[in-house]
Amino acid sequence: MKKLSLAKLNDFFAAIAAKQALYLPVNNKVGKADFTKWTAGTEMSKALNTVRSAKDFFFPQTENLMDFKMEGKNIEVIDSREECEDFVVFGVRACDAASFAILDSVYLVDPVDSYYKNRREHGTVVTMACGKPAETCFCGTFGIDAANPAGDVTVWEVADGYMLRANTEKGEALLAATADLLEAGDEKAVEAAQAKTREIMAKLPLAGLTFDGVGVGKTKELFDRPEWKTLSESCLGCGTCTFVCPTCQCYDVRDFDTGNGIKRFRCWDSCMYSDFTLMAHGNSRNSQVERFRQRFMHKLVYYPDRNNGTFGCVGCGRCLARCPISMNIVKVAKTLGGNK
Amino acid sequence: MNTETLIPYAGIVTEITQQTPDVKTFRVEAPGGGKLFEHKPGQCAMLSVPGISEAMISITSSPTNTEYMEFSVKKCGCLTEWLHSMEVGQMITVRGPYGRHFPVYDELLGKDLLIIAGGIGLAPVRSVINYVRDNRDKFGSVDIVYGSRSKDDLVYYKEIVEEWMTTPGFNVHLTIDNPQEGWDGHVGFVPNFVKELNPDLKKTVLMCGPPIMIKFTLGGLMELGFKKEQVYTTMELRMKCGIGKCGRCNIGNKYVCKDGPVFRFDELDELPNEY
Amino acid sequence: MQEMMKNRAYALLENGTVDRVLGWTRGEFAYDMTPAVFRNADEVKNGFVYNDFCAANLSKYLVKECRAGGKILVFLKPCDTYSFNQLLAEHRIKRDMIYVVGIECFGKADVEKIKEMGIEGITGITAKDGIYTVSTIYGDKAIKPADVMAERCLACKSKKHVVYDELIGNEGEVVEDCNRFDMVAKLEAMTPDERYEFWRGELSRCIRCNACRNICPACTCEQCIFDNPNSGVSQKAAVNSFEENMFHIIRAFHVAGRCTDCGECSRVCPQNIPLHLLNRKFIKDVNTFYGDYQAGEDPTAKPPLGKYEKNDIEPGEAGGAKE
Repeated sequence: MKKLSLAKLNDFFAAIAAKQALYLPVNNKVGKADFTKWTAGTEMSKALNTVRSAKDFFFPQTENLMDFKMEGKNIEVIDSREECEDFVVFGVRACDAASFAILDSVYLVDPVDSYYKNRREHGTVVTMACGKPAETCFCGTFGIDAANPAGDVTVWEVADGYMLRANTEKGEALLAATADLLEAGDEKAVEAAQAKTREIMAKLPLAGLTFDGVGVGKTKELFDRPEWKTLSESCLGCGTCTFVCPTCQCYDVRDFDTGNGIKRFRCWDSCMYSDFTLMAHGNSRNSQVERFRQRFMHKLVYYPDRNNGTFGCVGCGRCLARCPISMNIVKVAKTLGGNK
Repeated sequence: MNTETLIPYAGIVTEITQQTPDVKTFRVEAPGGGKLFEHKPGQCAMLSVPGISEAMISITSSPTNTEYMEFSVKKCGCLTEWLHSMEVGQMITVRGPYGRHFPVYDELLGKDLLIIAGGIGLAPVRSVINYVRDNRDKFGSVDIVYGSRSKDDLVYYKEIVEEWMTTPGFNVHLTIDNPQEGWDGHVGFVPNFVKELNPDLKKTVLMCGPPIMIKFTLGGLMELGFKKEQVYTTMELRMKCGIGKCGRCNIGNKYVCKDGPVFRFDELDELPNEY
Repeated sequence: MQEMMKNRAYALLENGTVDRVLGWTRGEFAYDMTPAVFRNADEVKNGFVYNDFCAANLSKYLVKECRAGGKILVFLKPCDTYSFNQLLAEHRIKRDMIYVVGIECFGKADVEKIKEMGIEGITGITAKDGIYTVSTIYGDKAIKPADVMAERCLACKSKKHVVYDELIGNEGEVVEDCNRFDMVAKLEAMTPDERYEFWRGELSRCIRCNACRNICPACTCEQCIFDNPNSGVSQKAAVNSFEENMFHIIRAFHVAGRCTDCGECSRVCPQNIPLHLLNRKFIKDVNTFYGDYQAGEDPTAKPPLGKYEKNDIEPGEAGGAKE
């Protein structure tokens, strides 16, 4: 356990940023936190979490996959991938850190997605334990401990600074590179901070929430439930829940004619969109009820079916806060699972 | 092939055959000749014209063909329209092979096969048919029931008559929906034709065609006494990646691109009815 | 208010005037009510909720509901009635299939503003005697509704119901001296470069979730051009930073003269982009160049951008193009 005194926080950021790009939550012009590249004078946000999740670092909203040169009848395929540069993401919360494991289970299984893997290999994740979880938080439902997040390095905020613990080789390397700014830390301070977080967590309205009524093997039981119709009735079919979700990983592949060759890019897509499954001769999910059901069945049943019972949700609460009509996974799981 | 990248090969279209008024077969070779990659019967590939779009198409040629791959494409969307308008010598991009193949290397060995297809649905099973023809001693008898709207809509007609009908142990039964001048064969829909033929219950069935044909033919087979465990089909849904990641071709917890497109009907029973 | 609304719903369901009720149903917390259709008195009894956090404009749902047949009761706030009238004018909804109960509005609360005050761990919110009591796991806090009123309500243009079958509370008045164009005037006073920077700063946060479009009562196209793969502009994400600008600017043009300024676009934006300012600029320009016009005020009025008159302003006369 290492300790960084409050006074040395900026030096710590500067030391990291001198060697690689450093990103951390910073308040934007409307006072909401976004992951932003650190430069001298950048102030870390005090917000509980960012509006967009941290998935962007490994699965960006848009990325170029390849290029094509078209000449007459000829096509030249150009692999335009470049090795990603090393970077550090500081201040990732436990929920988002857990989401990386979910993204990994999609993108790092055979066949491995090399674009994603490249970024994962070059990124160092520094997580920060939550001090004051919000009422929309329910990471505990999934066994995620807001007081003890995963990541290459875990950071706890204490009265006069930060406690740091390296969890991986990458984490060790980061702390070694900044060793002259760190001092030995006392586990007890961390334990006190953790106890405080857990005490708050236990008092929040979603404490004790379980997803027992949904999960592995429940396709037959849940798929034709009449509640899907009422749950989805006022769904706008927008992509807000999908795009703020740290575990939503569906994408579209599109071509863009630059006028000087074709760029094939991929971008986030949403199963809530009407054209998601549209084919020239039909659509397997024609109505918003079906699309809405797909999104929640994926997270609550299909994904757990394929991943030893792990839910495709980390309880970050972004969809609870952001859905324009306030429909979300907690309401869905409670309605289907039968617990009120 | 490096399936990690979604980066395709460029291939040259070396022959285009008009099969029916709206179906063409494209022969694709590597720029230096030969196949772009190896595949197994029933697998698919992503075909694309950069700037237009990319789509999953079944590989209709048999893996025993060492010179080229073939794709039969029905004109029904923006990519397929583009493909239909192109000329020999044009390059397209191809990546794959994707998905689960028909079990010709194990479960189907030694079996009597009943292959049922409707319209363009013959394309994915043609790969199996020609694989079986080239490995004739490994399989039992082969009955093919194939139907289309009219005589002009039967794909591979020349190949069926000249090659399949003359293969020992092969019985080909053709049908068209309505009577037509110059047609003295069977007239009627595939599901009824299959029932009329009253096939032996020992046969293993491979089936591909429009959903309505699949639905009624399966019902007919069940009435005859077939079990779902002996009937295979191949599915088609919207796909972008082909490797189980883009998230759109799932039926319940299965991805058609990766866990399919070939499924046995008892497996489909486990999945929600959303296809 | 909630009890009066529920009683009207019971009565109108009971006497057969309507067979469905469009309102809001209770949420997980005190502030996250969801629009919902209630099909009988029991559903109303168990689920119907109305309070200061029921902010959604329900009028757009009527497009879908009118296709379901039968007659539906809808509760509309004053600003929602303008959207309703505009939808009527555009023949998107059928008047005789809808029973409108206007509900008096004193302004809606924005839970984001409560959270911005540093109030965390909210477990409940109650309103009494003009004060909200916010219960939190750290204790109760008393706040004044005016301090957490939604931004759009602070610039409310009208408390008047322009259409209704019956009212709960007063009909209300148009707010004559609303300050809704203040920010537009500030933007107009900027240099083009400053203005460009302002909008780049705002629009660069866009994640193309389409919430603004999908909530907008003026966006009722059967298929939006941005969803049509054959349109050539249906890219889902920005391939360059200019894309999201175009999406919002094209959308603003398309709803120009039809936008009633209900403010839903900005309310639902997950990135807090003040999208309503684009629409307000158009409204202000229409007022300036064609005389005062409020979309949705009168469903029979000829829209300025939908008619031609000989003395209409000529292109370039307004100055914009020549700058």
